[in-house]
Amino acid sequence: MSEIPQSIDDTAARLLEHDYVADRQLATVVYLALKLQRPLFLEGEPGTGKTEIARTLARLLDRELIRLQCYEGLDLNSAAYEWNYGRQMMEIRLAEKEGIGREALAAELFGERFLNKRALLQAIDPARALPPVLLIDELDRADEPFEAFLLEVLSDFQITIPELGTVKAATPPIVVLTSNRTREIHDAVKRRCLYHWVEFPDAARELQILQRRVPGVADDLARQVVAFVQRLREIELYKLPGIAETIEWTRALMQLDAFVLDPRVVQDTLGVLLKYQDDIARVQGSEAARIVEHARTAAARG
Amino acid sequence: MLPLQQGPGHLAENVMHFGRVLRAAGMPVGSDRIQLALQALRVAGLQGRRDFHAVLSACLLGRIEHRELFDQAFELFWRDPDLEGRMRALLLPKVQARDAPQPAAENRRLAEALFPPRPQELPPPPPPAQEFELDATLTFSAREQLQKADFETMSADEWRQAQRLLAQLRVAFEPLRTRRGKRANHPGRPDWRATLQTMARHGGELWNLRWRQPRTRPPPIVVLADISGSMSRYSRMLLHFAHLLGHADAQVESFVFGTRLTRTTRLLKSRDPDIAVAEVVRAVDDWSGGTRITACLREFNRRWARRVLSGNATVLLITDGLESGEVGELTFEMQRLHKSCRELVWLNPLLRFAGFQPRAAGIRSMLPHVDRFMPAHNLESLGELVAVLARGTRARPRARGKRLP
Repeated sequence: MSEIPQSIDDTAARLLEHDYVADRQLATVVYLALKLQRPLFLEGEPGTGKTEIARTLARLLDRELIRLQCYEGLDLNSAAYEWNYGRQMMEIRLAEKEGIGREALAAELFGERFLNKRALLQAIDPARALPPVLLIDELDRADEPFEAFLLEVLSDFQITIPELGTVKAATPPIVVLTSNRTREIHDAVKRRCLYHWVEFPDAARELQILQRRVPGVADDLARQVVAFVQRLREIELYKLPGIAETIEWTRALMQLDAFVLDPRVVQDTLGVLLKYQDDIARVQGSEAARIVEHARTAAARG
Repeated sequence: MLPLQQGPGHLAENVMHFGRVLRAAGMPVGSDRIQLALQALRVAGLQGRRDFHAVLSACLLGRIEHRELFDQAFELFWRDPDLEGRMRALLLPKVQARDAPQPAAENRRLAEALFPPRPQELPPPPPPAQEFELDATLTFSAREQLQKADFETMSADEWRQAQRLLAQLRVAFEPLRTRRGKRANHPGRPDWRATLQTMARHGGELWNLRWRQPRTRPPPIVVLADISGSMSRYSRMLLHFAHLLGHADAQVESFVFGTRLTRTTRLLKSRDPDIAVAEVVRAVDDWSGGTRITACLREFNRRWARRVLSGNATVLLITDGLESGEVGELTFEMQRLHKSCRELVWLNPLLRFAGFQPRAAGIRSMLPHVDRFMPAHNLESLGELVAVLARGTRARPRARGKRLP
């Protein structure tokens, strides 16, 4: 089961098999990314399942997942490769003992033996039988110089190491980039990718996700939770709850043995769903009770 | 181009034209993207219009703001049975312009892209008036006077000269330490890679140790300018100032607000400050209108703060703070703004009055949440602002770490 899907429908079906409920648009983009061997650039609010796509793809295609978490100041040494200075030092001492000439030493010292491979170089290692899934997570957290470095990796799937030469992947890895959009990613990066904006799901899809991700959830509770969260997303909040929060919240409610929503239990667990004090203050109390009421009737209607 | 012949029927051609329409409407659609779309269409195995839409948007779209424009263009372009006629119209703008039915224009930019105006309708832009005036025309004392002159009461001539003086302002920024390194000449962190390279070259001899030090960069700056009636002249000069900062290698985001908030960063990119500021004035409808500070700050906090502030930005807020409505909300929004930036500088032209007292409720509720409260009504005060930005003597205590020398 490690071949790539044959059509858009097939992609959607196989994602679903692995508990990822994708809408048609997403399935299309994923299928194209696999078929055209293009990186996939996913942008969207936090907690809408961007990272999860990469994980699911790795499982679905039975490939290794290599994850690169971005942060400010991320540089070549931690993203692609670093020379093993300790071993190089040792080699120099040994060379002195054995009387190896300068030229030979210089050639030896920056050979592949002394290279520590990090995520990017691992992903394009030509020795690999099966290309892995490379997840470059939260690219917006890295700084612009790093984006510039990525360009070579994304368009040619190769990395040039000055001392060693160019390393090129035998088969391109499946690359997924995600961004929470705390800043704009440069067009040069986007140009090399297929772009998709991951939306919050509609009620039907969110319910489906919940039933898949939280096995054993009571039907009533799931419906009410979804209606509640959907309603919450219509309110002017600073940070809207994502699907990840919905799932967490449902798990929390199940831990508290809640079978239906009631204002009290909502009050106590609101912190799982909303992460800003102002948002919590806004929803707490009578507002929460009103949304619960609304959610119950909406859920009852089906 | 290679895929054109292989595309099914006229589809390839149409996709190409569609790409051109999008480009004319202002989306960055290069020919590489169009090629990609054609490739994708061949492998996708389409089942109806929705897939077609999905494929094209995946290949031609680059950012979410463009989606609405894209959807409208898609609707317009692929719905029309008389596609060929329209295509001809598109290619021969002179013939169609009069009798072709104008579409219900969802979007002016789009309409212009689909039906480009006839070239002769556009008068050639008047050549910019060139002025060759020497700076020496200003005597020292005239300069001094100009430094202290209020922007609002300047004559047109003085205004121009003030602009020129402003452009000569030397801008420096407080260096912020980044986590990225560069080579250094003095001991700090050892640069093992460079050191070992020299060692290898010299047969294993430790020739000299190489060093690295952290790189610095200026803090990002966000300008929020009030352009309501009472503020418009000051804000105009501040936009010139923002333009200057942006071209002195700081990262500048600018917004103007009156009754609503408008992002003007892109408009200020033009090299010529006059053209840049004129662009802003043209793009904003509420120039010199009323002001709704609270609503605009709320919108900034909700929609933009997370994207442009990134925790260490310096915010220059220029407004007189004369908010008429409820001030409780204003306090809240100011507090939030204050918390999400590194330094909040409030530039208030009302400070030009010697005996200024913060009596108005709006001003009183905003004051506790700013790090600095400075005047910005003449060149001298802008000079002070520059000095403050350069020194980086922070009003707020630094959370951790040492200040760089």
